Amino acid sequence: MKHLLGTEGLDPATALAILDTADGLKRTLLGREVRKLPTLRGRTVVTCFYEDSTRTRVSFEIAGKWMSADVVNVSAGSSSVKKGESLRDTALTLAAAGADCVVVRHPASGAAHRLASWLSHTNTSVVNAGDGTHEHPTQALLDMATLRERLGGVEGRRIAIVGDVLHSRVARSNVHLLTSFGADVVLVAPPTLLPTGVADWPVGAAGSLRISHELDPELPTLDAVMVLRVQAERMHGGFFPSAREYSIAYGLSAARAAVLPEHAVVLHPGPMLRGMEIAGSVADSGRAAITQQVTNGVHVRMAVLYHLLAGEEEAA
Amino acid sequence: MPPRPSGAPEPAERRELLSAGDVARTIARMAHQVIEKTSLGASGAGPVVLLGIPTRGAPLATRLAGKIAEFGAVEVPVGALDVTLYRDDLRRKPTRPLGQTALPPGGIDDALVVLVDDVLFSGRTIRAALDALRDVGRPRAVQLAVLVDRGHRELPIRADYVGKNVPTARAEEVHVQLSEIDGNDVVMLHRPGEGA
Repeated sequence: MKHLLGTEGLDPATALAILDTADGLKRTLLGREVRKLPTLRGRTVVTCFYEDSTRTRVSFEIAGKWMSADVVNVSAGSSSVKKGESLRDTALTLAAAGADCVVVRHPASGAAHRLASWLSHTNTSVVNAGDGTHEHPTQALLDMATLRERLGGVEGRRIAIVGDVLHSRVARSNVHLLTSFGADVVLVAPPTLLPTGVADWPVGAAGSLRISHELDPELPTLDAVMVLRVQAERMHGGFFPSAREYSIAYGLSAARAAVLPEHAVVLHPGPMLRGMEIAGSVADSGRAAITQQVTNGVHVRMAVLYHLLAGEEEAA
Repeated sequence: MPPRPSGAPEPAERRELLSAGDVARTIARMAHQVIEKTSLGASGAGPVVLLGIPTRGAPLATRLAGKIAEFGAVEVPVGALDVTLYRDDLRRKPTRPLGQTALPPGGIDDALVVLVDDVLFSGRTIRAALDALRDVGRPRAVQLAVLVDRGHRELPIRADYVGKNVPTARAEEVHVQLSEIDGNDVVMLHRPGEGA
């Protein structure tokens, strides 16, 4: 694997290898005093974030450091990006400076793919850490890792992705990955928050994808609910009448959580807005796996860096 | 690196080094040697832990512990120590999957750790294992038990317990099969043909 740009087109065998590596890393580091592995000694990882982020950037940084890579953080607000440097020139600069891997988050969909094509003549790998409303593959992988731990797997499981699907790269990446592992996914959102053509999204042969505008009828048969944040920063229009009305129709309240089967898991990619798309009591309940997702995020990102940087060089 | 075969294709020339019976007898003999050399069961002897190096070192360690329990009436804790993340040849091979690391509940601090592997070749796996050990605890001492020592060391490393010494040419391969993983017990020497 040279780059990780999305879960669409990600070979399920490769995805499984990453998940197994993440699992192995988690077991390896469990209970250790010294959480440091020499595996990526001498490799340099640059995180390049054109959008705000806490958990993704921090977990990539921790992941790199625990594997002894040198990690350098570039944020758009305090770099030459502010002086008007283009993404392409920034990328070429980072590669020329010796980055073995560039982890990029960018508000434009497709930015990671462009970056990878600009760097195709170099040995630098690109990891998509979120591009616009397109993909966020490491989030989908860590969600999958969490569901594997909680449910033992997703094959034949019913998983709802609820909320702002229109602006969600997490939803898109998850649909590809979950269905390729045989999950039955239902997207639950008001019509205004569903992208056009969503019914035609490519779906893994083993799984299925369905659209629903109502949450309540879905709840009793779900194995997992993935609650999405309402992305106010990407909303420039009336997608729903009011926040309160959205919360009443689609928020995962305590009453709704009570209807879920006993074993059902609640996921949220974060950052969450308590009281908006998820009730505080649900987020803090035992069925919520939100902090477990963050922990798994570190191991999954270690596994991704391992698969990109530890093996012999591959032709792009 | 000692190759870790898994269903390798039938090569031109293969010779059996150890039969299933030989493997069982060899492990039994090594168990006696471990009991004697570590004074297992004697009063005042410190704790001993067997750590197998995946893939095939792990079942070997379990079998060795079984024999030690049988002959010495002592239960020694067994674990597995994966060294993949500590190897120095990661960038020369396609990405390797990780093996299982499972330390015994009591850990390895102040114990005599006996590393167990199938084939001792360059010594690089053991070098990686020593680094990995340092990250999981501080053993009182470390010893090494191998089923086959085939020579060609590249590092100053030697085994304390050797099942069988086999002089080999560098191009030859020693394939250990164990029933837990491969369905049967046998050790084969594979000599590649001309141009192989």
